[in-house]
Amino acid sequence: MVATQETIDKVKEVSSTYKYGFVTDLEAEKAPLGLSEDIVKFISHKKKEPKWLLEWRLKAYKKWLTMKEPNWAMVDFPKINFQDIYYYSAPKTKPKLNSLDEVDPELLKTYEKLGIPIKEQEVLAGVAVDYVFDSVSVATTFREKLAKEGIIFCPISEAVHTHPSLVKKYIGTVIPISDNYYAALNSAVFTDGSFVFIPKGVKCPMELSTYFRINEQNSGQFERTLIIAEDNTYVSYLEGCTAPQRDENQLHAAVVELVAMNNAEIKYSTVQNWYPGDKDGKGGIYNFVTKRGNCLGKKSKISWTQVETGSAITWKYPSCVLKGDDSVGEFYSVAVANNAQQADTGTKMIHIGKNTKSTIISKGISAGKAQNTYRGQVQIQKNAKGSRNFTQCDSLLIGDKCGAHTVPYINQFTPNARIEHEATTSKISEDQLFYCLQRGLDTEQATSLIVNGFCKEVMKELPMEFAVEAQKLIGISLEGSVG
Amino acid sequence: MPLLEIKNAELKLDGKDILKGLSLSVNKGEVHAIMGPNGSGKSTLSYMLAGRDGYELEGGEVFLEGQSLSKMEADERARSGLFLAFQYPVELPGVGGMSFLREAVNSRRKFLGEEELDHLAFVKEARKVASKMFVKDEMLKRAVNVGFSGGEKKRFEILQMAMLKPKISILDETDSGLDVDALKIVSDGVNAQRNEDNAIVVITHYQRLLDYIVPDFVHILSDGNIIKSGGPELALEVEKNGYAGLINAA
Repeated sequence: MVATQETIDKVKEVSSTYKYGFVTDLEAEKAPLGLSEDIVKFISHKKKEPKWLLEWRLKAYKKWLTMKEPNWAMVDFPKINFQDIYYYSAPKTKPKLNSLDEVDPELLKTYEKLGIPIKEQEVLAGVAVDYVFDSVSVATTFREKLAKEGIIFCPISEAVHTHPSLVKKYIGTVIPISDNYYAALNSAVFTDGSFVFIPKGVKCPMELSTYFRINEQNSGQFERTLIIAEDNTYVSYLEGCTAPQRDENQLHAAVVELVAMNNAEIKYSTVQNWYPGDKDGKGGIYNFVTKRGNCLGKKSKISWTQVETGSAITWKYPSCVLKGDDSVGEFYSVAVANNAQQADTGTKMIHIGKNTKSTIISKGISAGKAQNTYRGQVQIQKNAKGSRNFTQCDSLLIGDKCGAHTVPYINQFTPNARIEHEATTSKISEDQLFYCLQRGLDTEQATSLIVNGFCKEVMKELPMEFAVEAQKLIGISLEGSVG
Repeated sequence: MPLLEIKNAELKLDGKDILKGLSLSVNKGEVHAIMGPNGSGKSTLSYMLAGRDGYELEGGEVFLEGQSLSKMEADERARSGLFLAFQYPVELPGVGGMSFLREAVNSRRKFLGEEELDHLAFVKEARKVASKMFVKDEMLKRAVNVGFSGGEKKRFEILQMAMLKPKISILDETDSGLDVDALKIVSDGVNAQRNEDNAIVVITHYQRLLDYIVPDFVHILSDGNIIKSGGPELALEVEKNGYAGLINAA
């Protein structure tokens, strides 16, 4: 299998002579520590971006300077020094990759450990994978097959050059640069991410998948993904993240924007397994993510499914803005917080169009001394007549030192709509554990089984090959939490 | 060597003596019935044998094929071939019956050094056994014990027993909540598993179960001890005179 020309170009680009003559040395694989206008320019120049994008970044940077970090989430962490973070780093991969066999074996080994056999995925699952290793994509596959359908699936840094009008038209339209502190930061310094465009009438023939991984110590990871589904289309996108152990906290502030036109459906699935820190909460990733989808078209549908097991702190609310009449938003979430992890996650469903529907199923699992908060907003605007929402928030507690919190915000501006909210809190009972043990399962198997049963409604929304991995992950995340 | 040997078992719950030096030997191929009034310690005995947390012995010892159980956790005992059919089988929401069974069976197989069954082989085997127990496929697809009727729960217990092929099975009030038809199905299921290499201990309040699962020995449990042992005729005596008569005579 031959690596794409883009990949080779990308690697060459990184190591090519640097023409812009400021900030840092020519062969720099890393921008200097901290954030300034120069750093924003460095990133933009490194990527040979057009002027409009640089200006957009600078606008975001200036906005960011005027903003304050949000403090309403139920999470507690020391103040981040944003000048103590590297905002750009390229992977140390040897150039001239002619096939995946030539990808850094260390990298391949890591993926193997994570249970992601690249070849098997390519061959068996038919998954097109856009690997992001640190900030630059190093391997891209299945592009040709997708190209035949007119589908664009590439690093966003590349789309900026190959499809500038599309990127320019949509970037920042779902999540404006001023949306929130971390979104503004991302807009200023994002390094890469995925770009997906599904042209009219096309059902994407395979699951699109990107695996993210933080590698470089102290390098902030600022992914930016943009998915556009035109009329009468379908696409399923999988995102999985893992990160190796780190002592220092690493900031991850991604932005994902989805746009669905008439009768378009986007299914976005995430398995998030960033390093959660040690038992005492030392280290671990700060995962401050802004994800939102605009259901612009009639009968459009956006479905978020997430399994969040990692990160020291999760601050994440994948949302749907239901503008098109009869559009549908869904949010299925499993959030596991063990040891000292803190998760404040949920969704926003903003009903604007008529007869819009949303479903929220949230399963929060808390163990150790972790705090797990569901925070969700359901808003039915004045004109959203006939709209419906169903929300179900279930919390499972393991042990007696953890916490589960449910914070629903419900705003209804038309009487002609229906909102339902159900919430439960339960514990794994001794009876359940003993029953499983008596059948020969060990404590960890039993916990995993019971917890996966608790999450079943969400897990069944995951694509098959992801579901198996996610089930294992939930078990692993809770190891040692019982007994 | 007895298959199961209980020697002078003493156990307290909340500071109260529940088992007071109870002894019992069960050999391969035997079926024992332990009968007793409410509060005599029947369920405590079954939890103690299964190794439930909080049911550790204060004195005495239990041996399975000569091996002491005192240091073995509940799951180790189960994998070693000790099975408890629960009086009140526990619901596991969202946990499919088939996958639960498979995890259990494969844990036991792994312990025995046998190859774990893959999904297809397992489903085939489970269906075969289930059909004998009049357990429908549909029931195996449902979450374990969730929304099961009393009879379904007990049938599922015995199905698990049949799949796990334990050396020693303890049936705790398996007849409770069963109508006559269900009782017959469950009993047939148990009887089909009787052989020369295993043993069954039936714990029951009423004699009627013993019409279907005919024991070799009957023991009367009262106030934490076995006060009388005999053959099947002892159960009939209970039926006729009640426990009071036997307890007073002892």
